[in-house]
Amino acid sequence: MSADGQHMTASSRSTLARDEILRRIRTALKDVPSTETAESFDVPRDYTRGRELPAMVDTFIERVVDYKAKVTRVPSEAELPEAISAALAGMSRVVVGAWFEPAWLPSDVEVVADDPQLSPHDLDPVQAVITTAAVAVALTGTVVLDHFVGQGRRALSLVPDLHVCVVRTSQIVDDVPAAVTALRASIAERRPLTWISGPSATSDIELDRVEGVHGPRTLHVLLLEDHA
Amino acid sequence: MSVTFVGMPKFPIAAAEALANPQLRRNLRHATQTIRAKRAAVVAEVPDWAELRTAGAAIKDRTLRHLDDYLLQLEENLTAAGATVHWARDAAEANRIVADIVKSHDVKEVVKVKSMATQEIFLNEALEAEGIEAWETDLAELIVQLGHDRPSHILVPAIHRNRSEVREIFLREMGNVGLAAPDDLTDVPRDLAGAARRHLREKFLRAKVAISGANFAIAETGTLVVVESEGNGRMCLTLPEVLISVVGIEKVLPTWQDLEVFMQILPRSSTGERMNPYTSMWTGVHAGDGPQEVHVVLLDNGRTDVLADTVGRQALRCIRCSACLNVCPVYERTGGHAYGSVYPGPIGAILTPLLNGVEAGPVEASLPYASSLCGACYEVCPVAIDIPTVLVHLRSEVVDSHRDGVPTAEAIGMKAISRIFSSPRLLRVAQRAGSLSRLVMGRHSGRISTLPPPFSAWSSARDAPLPAQESFRGWWVRTNGGHSSGEPGRPEQIRTEPGYSTIYESGPDSGASGQPMYGSASAGHAEGSDASGPGRAAPGPADQQ
Repeated sequence: MSADGQHMTASSRSTLARDEILRRIRTALKDVPSTETAESFDVPRDYTRGRELPAMVDTFIERVVDYKAKVTRVPSEAELPEAISAALAGMSRVVVGAWFEPAWLPSDVEVVADDPQLSPHDLDPVQAVITTAAVAVALTGTVVLDHFVGQGRRALSLVPDLHVCVVRTSQIVDDVPAAVTALRASIAERRPLTWISGPSATSDIELDRVEGVHGPRTLHVLLLEDHA
Repeated sequence: MSVTFVGMPKFPIAAAEALANPQLRRNLRHATQTIRAKRAAVVAEVPDWAELRTAGAAIKDRTLRHLDDYLLQLEENLTAAGATVHWARDAAEANRIVADIVKSHDVKEVVKVKSMATQEIFLNEALEAEGIEAWETDLAELIVQLGHDRPSHILVPAIHRNRSEVREIFLREMGNVGLAAPDDLTDVPRDLAGAARRHLREKFLRAKVAISGANFAIAETGTLVVVESEGNGRMCLTLPEVLISVVGIEKVLPTWQDLEVFMQILPRSSTGERMNPYTSMWTGVHAGDGPQEVHVVLLDNGRTDVLADTVGRQALRCIRCSACLNVCPVYERTGGHAYGSVYPGPIGAILTPLLNGVEAGPVEASLPYASSLCGACYEVCPVAIDIPTVLVHLRSEVVDSHRDGVPTAEAIGMKAISRIFSSPRLLRVAQRAGSLSRLVMGRHSGRISTLPPPFSAWSSARDAPLPAQESFRGWWVRTNGGHSSGEPGRPEQIRTEPGYSTIYESGPDSGASGQPMYGSASAGHAEGSDASGPGRAAPGPADQQ
């Protein structure tokens, strides 16, 4: 934005508003003792942290399937190309996340390059996207993308109608608190996060759940076994 | 400034209209019962729900009690991440800021993520006045917008519409504003969702500017969080070049560790799912990914007034899950429109008058009474907002706000009763009058169900038992405290009377059927007493009815 007159006016108006709102807040909080700090106000965290599910991987699979997503177990990396090929079910035009492992891709797919970045219009006819994930949550059946290695920018895993997501069993954690802990590095580096629990869905008509609205209507998780 | 809709009547009038619509009541009953069952099932599988709820409430309280510090921290981190932070004291200021940003990009349309904050400030109307079209992209919001309707629920704004109504709206309206619905559209929800997907896709692909709210704003990193289901949120947050988020100042959360609590309680309370399909978290501008110009408008619009009310302050904990709407017996019957506000249901009944002030108008003054105080809302609230207590507090404010003006009929009545209760002589006269009134009231039903004006306002929704034939005071005087009329031990018997609870029941023989609290000395009761004697264990005649 240029530093023209209008901008200056808007900026000084905003400073006025900011000061006024802060003043209103401080007046409203007269009853809070001046000795109280945010840290001294007690927040009891007696909820479960460090949960250890007896069958974490099975729970994850069960919960993902419950959202009407597909899950395929892949015993080794060598079998990934075949599993991806099967998941694509004949779709040939795909995008993949940046730095996605090329050896995992089946030979018969046409990877549409995203360099320079595809416009939303160019991305629209692409049928499928293949990504990895950052973390997966067993208790809620959630896959978290931090849009770093193998995951690509956010639009790539959003516009195509099929999302094939490769998750390593070692990436699965028990619950939401464990996921936040596991994402510490991504959070520190200010990466965007997308938490995905099944395909897009709506219950807006008579609260009747329909899977598949604007995001990928099919989510297919390929669960690569690498757990000790 | 006001979060209410223009020209709405007070709650009882709007509720009466809604109750007369059987289709609406069927739609609401079906929807609220479905969602209640889903929520109950997924909450029951969380063994530490109570602890999560306690933590959620405490985190919000900590944040609210130190809100200025957290807002400054949020602003600093947002700015460091490349976002531009704006502050808006009221709706007009927020709308002005948003419209100026949109106009600076020379566009005539924006896409919108469902957001209560932007509904509250009537942003769409403000943009329309500037020649900018705002497309709602949430399916329910689309139904409301295309139907020229109002939202009636926080989570599912078109809950009052059934599938065939939605189909008609899509067929009639979609073609006027973009890609038309196919002629052979059925009323199967899957088909309707498909029509919305095609209709909105072209708008997503060409949009330059998007507007959102935020469920949470994390102070320690400047991260905004949007929780959604359909993917329309991700479309708006990712594809356009410019993103403007309007965020209420109470949405701030101190840390990511705090977020872990809310990511567990919000989806289960809201849609009754273990987790919602999509949650987006972004921190200012991400190079090469998503909007490269990011604005955040921090909105007061009455929130600091709520903060100043030490009883009402807890309403600012609200995370807009709508669990309280779904369990409310009043909401289930009247629907959301009757509340006259963008915030319906139990939370709306406190939030609307708290934000606007109870003296703002008839809607605000009537909402604290739009409840039976049953407490179901408090029980399901994931952040433990004690809605019944706040309702009672606001009722006292409504009464106080009338003290200096023309008194209401209720106030006159209360004043009269206060005088009667403070004078033994007046009380005696009034009680005698009450007993005599049996002759003219309720002779057929044994209950009082209609009273003449102005008392009809009270009796139209309530039945009352007939007054006793004789007051307790009258009986006490006449029988010398129960010792002088052949009724030995009467006072003790009152205490041991097994039919004690029946004093609230008033049958045709209420005065003559052995209800000692009314001190009836009728033959029927005397016989019962004589037959069984003091301290009898067998129920008296009244209990056998």
